[in-house]
Amino acid sequence: MIKVEGLYKSFGQLEVLKDINAEIKEGEVVVVIGPSGSGKSTFLRCLNLLEEPTSGKIVIGQDEVTGKKFNPQKLRSEVGMVFQHFHLFPHMTVLENVTYAPLKVKGVQKQEADRLGRELLAKVGLSEKADEYPNRLSGGQKQRVAIARALAMQPNVMLFDEPTSALDPEMVKEVLDVMKSLAKTGMTMMIVTHEMGFAREVADRVIFMDEGMLVEQADPTSFFSSPSSERAHNFLQKVL
Amino acid sequence: MNFEQIVPSMPYILQGIWVTLQIVLIAGLLGFAIGIILSLFKIGRIPFLRWFADGYTSIFRGTPLVLQLMIIYYASPQLFGVQIEAYTAAILSFGLNSAAYISEIIRAGIQAVDKGQREAAMALGVPYNKMMKDVILPQALKNILPALMNEFITLTKESAIVTVIGVTDIMRRAYIVGSDKFSFLEPLLFAGMIYYLMVLVLTFAGKWVEGRMRKSD
Repeated sequence: MIKVEGLYKSFGQLEVLKDINAEIKEGEVVVVIGPSGSGKSTFLRCLNLLEEPTSGKIVIGQDEVTGKKFNPQKLRSEVGMVFQHFHLFPHMTVLENVTYAPLKVKGVQKQEADRLGRELLAKVGLSEKADEYPNRLSGGQKQRVAIARALAMQPNVMLFDEPTSALDPEMVKEVLDVMKSLAKTGMTMMIVTHEMGFAREVADRVIFMDEGMLVEQADPTSFFSSPSSERAHNFLQKVL
Repeated sequence: MNFEQIVPSMPYILQGIWVTLQIVLIAGLLGFAIGIILSLFKIGRIPFLRWFADGYTSIFRGTPLVLQLMIIYYASPQLFGVQIEAYTAAILSFGLNSAAYISEIIRAGIQAVDKGQREAAMALGVPYNKMMKDVILPQALKNILPALMNEFITLTKESAIVTVIGVTDIMRRAYIVGSDKFSFLEPLLFAGMIYYLMVLVLTFAGKWVEGRMRKSD
C-alpha cells in the first residue's frame, strides 16, 4: 500500500528525517511513537506531501507520489488526514464541513453528499450535531467530526497526527473508540500518538523514531515488553 | 447665522447625496474587486505579480488622492486620448486609490487565518482557487469587516474632494449655494451635517452586518 525508500527531509540546515525506509500493507494499523522532535509528524506529513520530501521515494498504491509529474491533489483526495488541532472550517456547519470536499473536489451530487455525510456523522456518534457550528462542540466532538470529514472522501489510507494530544483527558476515549472501530473495518491507518495503551491494543505494528531516524519496528507485544534498541528502552521507561 | 436663507436651496444640496453615494458605491466596489486581486498577487508565488502589487500599493498610498484625481481628469486627453467625464474620473481615481488600501487590509486578513485551515483544505485535495474562495476568504473577510467599513467611511468623506474637478456632489452644491447667497457658513454646515449622518448610517450598517456574520462564533 505505502512504500517509503530513503526518505530525507530538511528544513534549512536542520535535518528532520534521515533515511527513512518503511512499508505499510493494506489494512495494516501502524502506530508511530517516539520523543518530541523525533520527526514523527514530519514523516506523516510527507506521506500526503504537506511537507515536500528533500529526497527519497514514496509510493502509494500504484503511484510514485514523489515523482515530478505527480499531482498532489490526486494523492490527497485518496489519503485522509486528521490533525492534532482538528482544523474544522469554523464558518461551515458540521454537515457542511463533512460534505464540502466531496461536493467541491469529487463533484458528488448534493443529495448524495448529504446522505453520505449524515451516515458518517452517525458512525462517529454525532448525528444530532449536523447543523451546529464547530464552536458549539467539545474538543472530542470536533475531532470526531474531523475524522468524518476525512472519511467523506473515501480514502484508502488514513493518517492521524497526534489526534488526541489537544484533548482534555475525559475526551480522549471517545476519539480513540472511533479510531478503533475504524481499524476494525480494515482501513489502512498510520497514527502518530502518545497513547501507549491504544498503541498496544490496536496497532499491528509499532514504529519507533528518534532524532529523525526510524530506530525500530516490531509488533506491539514484543516492542512494549522487550524493545531491541537501547533508545526505545529508555523512552518506554520514561513514558510507561 | 441665518439658515432661513438657504432653506429653498436645501433640496438642491440634498440631491448631491445621490451623486456622492453613486461615486462612493461604485468606487468602493471597484476598489474591493481590484483589492482582492492585488491581495492574491501579494500572497501568491509569482514574483512579478507580487512586485507589481507592492509597487501599485506603494504609489497610490504614497501620493495625494487629489493629485491622482487631477491627473486622471485633467491629463486624460494625454493619457487616454479623450477627455473623460468628471464623474468617471472621480470613480476611477477613488476606486484605484482605495484598491491599494483594501488590498493591504485583505492581505493582512488572509494571513491572519489559521495556517491549519489551509492545510486542512489541502489535505482534502481541495484545489488552490476553491480553497481561497470557500475556506480562506470567507474567514478573512469576516475578520476584516470593521477595517473595510472604516475604509468605506473614509471614502465617503474623502469623496468631497471631487468638488475640485467640478462634480456636483454635496460639497460642490453647498459651495455653489454659498457663493450664490454670499454666505458660506450655513450651506457648509448643512453639508457637514449630511456627511456626518451618512457616516453614522454606515457605521450602524457595519455593526449590523458584523453581528450577522458572528452567528457562527
